[in-house]
Amino acid sequence: MHMADALISPAVGGTMWAISGGIMAYCARRVKESLKDNLVPLMGVLGAFIFTAQMINFSIPGTGSSGHLGGGLILAVLLGPHAAFLVIASVLTVQAFFFADGGLLALGCNIFNLGFYPAFIAYPFLYRVIAQDRYVSARAIFAAMAAAVAGLQLGAFSVVLETKASGLSDLPFGTFVLLMQPIHLAIGLVEGLTTAVVVSFVARARPEVMPTASSLAGMPVNARPVLLGLLMATVFAGGILSWFASTHPDGLEWSIAKVTGKEEVAGRESGCASAHRRCRKQQPSCLITISKRQQKPLPARSHPMKQTIPRRGRRGMPAHRFRDLRVASSHWLW
Amino acid sequence: MGLETWIEVSRMDELGRQDTPVHRIDARVKTVTTLLFIILVMSFSRYEVSALTPFFLYPVALLFLGQIPPRSLLMKILVAAPFALAVGLFNPFLDHRPVSAIGTMSISGGWLSFVSIMTRFLLTVSAALVLVACTGMHRLCAGLERMGVPRVFAVQLLFLYRYLFIIADEGSRMLRSIELRSAGSKHLRFRVYASLVGHLLLRSMARADRVYQAMLARGFDGQMRVLHPTPLRWSDWVFLLGWTAFFVAARTWNLAGMLSGPFMKGAS
Repeated sequence: MHMADALISPAVGGTMWAISGGIMAYCARRVKESLKDNLVPLMGVLGAFIFTAQMINFSIPGTGSSGHLGGGLILAVLLGPHAAFLVIASVLTVQAFFFADGGLLALGCNIFNLGFYPAFIAYPFLYRVIAQDRYVSARAIFAAMAAAVAGLQLGAFSVVLETKASGLSDLPFGTFVLLMQPIHLAIGLVEGLTTAVVVSFVARARPEVMPTASSLAGMPVNARPVLLGLLMATVFAGGILSWFASTHPDGLEWSIAKVTGKEEVAGRESGCASAHRRCRKQQPSCLITISKRQQKPLPARSHPMKQTIPRRGRRGMPAHRFRDLRVASSHWLW
Repeated sequence: MGLETWIEVSRMDELGRQDTPVHRIDARVKTVTTLLFIILVMSFSRYEVSALTPFFLYPVALLFLGQIPPRSLLMKILVAAPFALAVGLFNPFLDHRPVSAIGTMSISGGWLSFVSIMTRFLLTVSAALVLVACTGMHRLCAGLERMGVPRVFAVQLLFLYRYLFIIADEGSRMLRSIELRSAGSKHLRFRVYASLVGHLLLRSMARADRVYQAMLARGFDGQMRVLHPTPLRWSDWVFLLGWTAFFVAARTWNLAGMLSGPFMKGAS
């Protein structure tokens, strides 16, 4: 569901940057105010955990495909919405920088789609209401599934809206929605199930690490920022939709005619769906990967690198390196 | 996200620690220039192809001046391609309006916009990757913080990056041990998966706890301190203003069109 830069117009990207940046500033203030400074390393480590958990796959019986943990919901359950939003944003930033997954301009969109909905809509209004802070129960599984599905459906719908508003893709609105929503329904069910079982495992093994009802009571679900955010999103969506409608006066009829009238579109749908699934399945089955990797020793690949990047000793360091050293020296705390 | 991915990430990290003229440019300057680059590339009309080509100069120049092996970056770009490809691929089938012609062959708007999307994809993705490869995560985070990104977030980015490798090691050790214990079967059953990931989570949390104790012992009080911020040097200004001037020129006039004259006129 990561959007790429190539499909976003600067207006849409900039607007979503502003919205996500605003939410991030708000979350950063709330995390600072919470005065729990052990939250700082916990957030960092849990972000790294999400990355790692996504490389562990389990097989879904009967389908031949595999699933893994999603990110947003489990972070919201473990950290509360504000810290979770920041962690998701940092994970997406690293993905954009290092894996070319999404991009810089699309970062605002991605943070909003994958962070705002699970942390500020699905978690407070579905998960906590249904699960009622009992992590080991059938209710909790149902709550996680409902919350994950809702979060991903909203996110997928936002992807469609943002892509359409950018106007670079010709894909009709209806077809795009029909492509995105069912795929993300399946992904949401898997994410909900995995979130529920991992949370219930941890709650059973070490109940003391789970946030209890009393600790969450100090972190009330404040409806005002959520409503404000929704209002902003609505105004934004309304604005771009009306703009879209005015530039394409017969936009709706046009897309409906495309969707219903052309056999071609329906025929290609499966092609794109499978491409999307392939794109989801890029994470290869780890067990195979690792066993192959074991046979092929790593140094073979790292050798040419060592030749191209000679390590420099400290002596004879040019003057401009000192400012990097100064930056580096501020990290001695780790 | 297999194990190769982690090797790739650590390779990016090594690249970021190089010492070349591009690496010495201030991280803030590079970030702002790259953002400007992406915004200008994306602000072209949807059928634009030829005017986009001069923009390739920026990532390519950084690639060579930063001594970054192009092959590893190309692999990353290919891996990231499917989303843009999947969405853009519909354009040729949905937009049949002929908009230009080369010789006698007419080109439909759909194909032109598809080529345009893929060109933009190449440009934006390579620019972002090159930015990291010739800045490195630490300098980038320090730069971001000084540009006004909330401190909590900048610190979170650094922490996440620092623990990526450690937790990933933990995860791959667990996977290896489970592989040794389940001879022949390639896939995890769901029950095994749940307890495996649960244990990984517990171990990660325990590690966060130990890290916190160690930080407290070294006097951590919730603040991240950066020593004297360095001012921008003249080479930073030259970099920023030079590229900005080039981008604006390339945005205003079709530089490729000027070079090739009438040949590409139809396609622009």
